Amino acid sequence: MKKIVIEGNHAVSYGAKAADVDVIAAYPITPQTQVVEKLSEMCASGELNAKFIKVESEHSAMAAVVGSSAAGARSFTATSSQGLLLMHEILHWSVGARLPIVLANINRAVGPPWNVWTDQNDSLSQRDVGMLQLYCESNQEVFDTMLHAFWVSEQLMLPSMIILDAFYLSHTCEIVEVMDADEARAFLPPYEPKHFLSPEKPKSFGNLTTPDFYYELRYQIDRDLRKALDLMKEADDRFEKLYGRSYGIIEEYRTDDADMLVVTSGTVTSTARTVIDELRDVGKRVGLVKMKLFRPFPTEDVRRILRRAEKVVVIDRNIGFSIGGIWAQEIKAALYNTNIDVPVFGFIAGIGGRDVTPRVIKEIIDQAEHMDVPDQDVYWIGVKNEQLHHTR
Amino acid sequence: MEVDTVLEIRIHGRGGQGAVIASKVLAAAFFKEGHFVQAFPAFGVERRGAPVAAFIRVDQSPVRLRCNVYEPQHLIVLDPALTETIDITEGFQESGWILLNTHNKPDEFDYAKSFRVATVDAFAIAIRHHLGSRSTPIVNTAILGAFARCTGLVKIDSVVDAIADAVPFNAAGNRQAAIDAFEETIMYDPQLQTR
Repeated sequence: MKKIVIEGNHAVSYGAKAADVDVIAAYPITPQTQVVEKLSEMCASGELNAKFIKVESEHSAMAAVVGSSAAGARSFTATSSQGLLLMHEILHWSVGARLPIVLANINRAVGPPWNVWTDQNDSLSQRDVGMLQLYCESNQEVFDTMLHAFWVSEQLMLPSMIILDAFYLSHTCEIVEVMDADEARAFLPPYEPKHFLSPEKPKSFGNLTTPDFYYELRYQIDRDLRKALDLMKEADDRFEKLYGRSYGIIEEYRTDDADMLVVTSGTVTSTARTVIDELRDVGKRVGLVKMKLFRPFPTEDVRRILRRAEKVVVIDRNIGFSIGGIWAQEIKAALYNTNIDVPVFGFIAGIGGRDVTPRVIKEIIDQAEHMDVPDQDVYWIGVKNEQLHHTR
Repeated sequence: MEVDTVLEIRIHGRGGQGAVIASKVLAAAFFKEGHFVQAFPAFGVERRGAPVAAFIRVDQSPVRLRCNVYEPQHLIVLDPALTETIDITEGFQESGWILLNTHNKPDEFDYAKSFRVATVDAFAIAIRHHLGSRSTPIVNTAILGAFARCTGLVKIDSVVDAIADAVPFNAAGNRQAAIDAFEETIMYDPQLQTR
């Protein structure tokens, strides 16, 4: 193991190398390009013994790893934004076919208008595909989560998406302790599929399936994706014992005695930690809840943590048009049909790469402090009136 | 060096001059001295010749701020002509250094009336060591030697080691450029001058 200073995109590449992937198929797109560049260099130099498949689109990239994964190869791809949307059909396929592919998505806003900066609408719009969705806060978490994702995916035979913010992680260099495949093997043993395509033992995959069978196959996906909650905890525990780092599937930061809990995901979490510390120093009872898993959704953990609060504030770097932030919707749904009666304030911030500074987070907390209950289902923070006049 | 709170540095350059690489190398130099670091470019679509910026944060504990740098303590300017087209001092904290790549002396700049200014002729040093071409010398390694000199925040040895790790070819020339720049930096502190 060694510590190096690398950008988030290279943390993905080193993670794929540590996972000893067999096949990589990917198409470059800003801000994901360095992931693919580094992996192609590693394959060319022999540092990584994997087949690198060049393709002409993201649809083909995902289709190629569906093929390689069905043949029993540990398979990886990476994309962003429009590229992920182009993969959409094959994402569903990878779930239905029960293939443990890992995909890294760099969160980038969706066009038009064209925008290469970060927000979560690309990955969150894949909500019902059936892949795990794992959001990361630091480059170290990106590297470590690559290994978690392969292990859990191969236990369940379901694909995973690991997600990092454009630029705030993808292009930001920081210290990452990387390991090679030999060191990672104690956590992630080689992939041994039970079923795979082989000329010696012909099988068919994904053929026409009547209502007599399709229904149960869907039931099994729903049942198994829920198992990922316990498996992610198990992976996190094992990883901590072996390498000393742990994240949990949901993290409480300074939530003791908190009246207000602020719920975040991605890099907003990291900046919010500094705000929570500052407000705690002046006696404010405010805490932070970091969401790592979006799918499966950690409903029981959300209920257990949020039931202690008097107010919940959710910061969403995404928008479900006409209904509000997507994390806020999920959290409200988790609290329904329970005896928990806590107001949930949904705030939108940072869409399209608008900077989420400590000041923005403080403004959100301040606004929620001055209300007893929300009078709108969503609050857009920092909308510039002069821009509205330009674009009306 | 002691970093009590987070140290923030901004590098101005033009697309192709290596400002982003310089930010990574400087971060690596601080990392070699046991600090926690973060380096990132101004998030945009870079074009050759257009003004670009890159940032470094240094702290004694992991850097948690994940937003842009608005109030840098130190400035590094790779192309002196940028001072005519953009306000390089935007958000600048008066206590720090403005390091300019130029053959002029610090007190020839208006900045020197109120700020600490250091200059180094990184173009000449880069040409001396065959870094880039005579018309477009690559100055990003030389300037880091000057940064070590004027701020004293990082050792020249750490900068040279970080350059050796990062530069794929002519490593010797790049290392010596940083050392030469360290020697040739001219510093001006308006508070220490008698007029």
